[in-house]
Amino acid sequence: MQKVLTGNQAVAWGVMRARAQVVSAYPITPQTSIIEELADLVSEGKLDASFIKVESEHSALAGCIGASLTGARSFTATSAQGLALMHELIHWAAGARLPIVLADVNRAMAPGWTIWTDQNDTLSQRDTGWLQFYCESNQEVLDTALQAFKIAETIKLPVMLVLDAFYLSHTAEAIDIPEAPEVDAFLPPYRADIKVDVDNPRAFGGMTGVDVYMEFRYMQQEAMNDALRVSAEVDREFAQHFGRSYGLIEPYRCEDAEAVIVTSGTVTSTARDVIDEWRDRGEAVGLLKIRTFRPFPIALVRDALRGIPKVGVIDRNICPGFGGIFAQEIKASMYDMEERFRPAIYGFIAGLGGRDITPKTITEILEKTLHPEKTERHLNWIELKA
Amino acid sequence: MSPHVPGQITYDLPECELMSSGHLACPGCGASLAMRIALKVFGPRTVLCIPACCWAVIDGPFPYSAAGVPVVHCAFETAAITATGVRHGLDVQGVQDVNVVAWAGDGGTMDIGFGALSAAAERNENILYVCYDNEAYMNTGVQRSSSTPIGAWTTTTPREHPKEEPKKNLVEILAAHRIPYAATATVAFPDDLRRKLEKAKATKGMRLIHIFSPCPPGHKSLESDSIKISRLAVETKVFPLYEVENGTRYTINHASKGVPVQEYVRLQGRFKHLKEQDLQLMQQRVDREWTFLMRKIELFS
Repeated sequence: MQKVLTGNQAVAWGVMRARAQVVSAYPITPQTSIIEELADLVSEGKLDASFIKVESEHSALAGCIGASLTGARSFTATSAQGLALMHELIHWAAGARLPIVLADVNRAMAPGWTIWTDQNDTLSQRDTGWLQFYCESNQEVLDTALQAFKIAETIKLPVMLVLDAFYLSHTAEAIDIPEAPEVDAFLPPYRADIKVDVDNPRAFGGMTGVDVYMEFRYMQQEAMNDALRVSAEVDREFAQHFGRSYGLIEPYRCEDAEAVIVTSGTVTSTARDVIDEWRDRGEAVGLLKIRTFRPFPIALVRDALRGIPKVGVIDRNICPGFGGIFAQEIKASMYDMEERFRPAIYGFIAGLGGRDITPKTITEILEKTLHPEKTERHLNWIELKA
Repeated sequence: MSPHVPGQITYDLPECELMSSGHLACPGCGASLAMRIALKVFGPRTVLCIPACCWAVIDGPFPYSAAGVPVVHCAFETAAITATGVRHGLDVQGVQDVNVVAWAGDGGTMDIGFGALSAAAERNENILYVCYDNEAYMNTGVQRSSSTPIGAWTTTTPREHPKEEPKKNLVEILAAHRIPYAATATVAFPDDLRRKLEKAKATKGMRLIHIFSPCPPGHKSLESDSIKISRLAVETKVFPLYEVENGTRYTINHASKGVPVQEYVRLQGRFKHLKEQDLQLMQQRVDREWTFLMRKIELFS
């Protein structure tokens, strides 16, 4: 079925096709239309789920945790301040190994108050043990929602589905919605191995001594390692069912490139056009899209950038006191590569607080990467006002 | 029921014994006895959601559990919403004969978890919320909560500056949400406690039972005095036994004798610094609150 949907509607329709059983959520701009759409789908009987209309994001995720512990497929969505308020339970959901799916509409953090996009809200949750997928289009949003439940339930870790505020959340495009029976064949009902069950009473999450706590974290890390393989497999399986796949990363026109720029989210689409123009002019430039941020696909990134002389990383985020967060991850991944294959990596901060990243912005970044005589190696602010 | 011996309490409790020995409660802990009685009434088809509180420790460290029913340990401020999530999760899977219970201390209920509790009450979630109230953060070593009574010593309200504000009135606040059932109870009146637990278990929607729970290390009282202190809390009218149905129908469950408050206070070191004048003020406050409650019972019974 083809339908014109906003990114937020695409999330809701993905959750409906995934047959989520419990939705627990609280409104926040620009996420709100996700839960409005879900409220409609539930009240119309199109989604057979229980919707807990909680009083805060903290409770939104706590409600999912309670429901997920009983073996119910659980979903929530939020943005920015809401995700920050959830932080304690973001850790809890991952530590409890619950396959909750959360859609975060990337919104910059206050103050000053803002509703526009950047990635600091989700990237601040980097060390919590959630998988994170950054989407480029509304189709990818819906498809990733379906993949997210399958990946989460396979490895027993929660998954964050990330989409840019407004560029995706409130922008409509035609997308293909897989039919319910096809989705059911791809994503069978969730069957929890261990759950709250009065016939087999267990205690969940009790006091954990120095003798075992570390082993629980080790198992979490092992699951994260496994998540790379599982995410790739689920993406391949998705392609078999629906004819679309995204990869954990996507190198675009990187063959024999002199310079490659690295992007995530909707910036990727704009960058594709710029790269096409430059390639048509005969310039040896390419693009690397990072879709999977956690677990970070270190080996894939190394392969993609190996031997590329110059790499420019576009970060729509800032880790104050260090620099761009994607740049940091990529540098760390490349550090021990043999010097002759290791690129020079330049960090670019652009588009914070929802400022547009236009073809002109990307052109400037490409030029600064390709001709780095006046480019700072670590941190370059693009289109910063004087 | 066994034959009554003068001077002894006799009461009827179900034979069913779910809680096991080996738990980690302090001697004389009111909260452990409250749980034992509650589980007898609730039976095995019960799920407990326990936030950070003494009971997060009492139940035992991983992989042990003394409760004998599933225990969901949850974040400090999430007892009500975690129980709500469990309830919805079970409901959507067709499991409706399980009693989902949030079991939290006074800090987790009246301070950090208050928002989630009020919200669950407003939505009339089908959960049973038990607050065992030892009137301070006992698990972290006796810090004041909004449930600490006026005049009491805690480590954050030292003797020179004991708590200046009266205790938050949990049942009245929950009654104001017009929930189906809210009641007070103590372990010194086991028949009353049992009846309230049974009633709460049989009621649909949001239910609250507020159990006064002596804490010998925190109240600086004798382990052997816990039942006596619980009884005196009721008989002095400090903690009246009553229930409120649908927020408007008030019933007093025990005619408190009006024993002087001093009798209750003198058994607890946390009040040791109080002077005669302080005790008079405390008595006046208790009498005033009692009058206020009696007026409600007259008007809305």
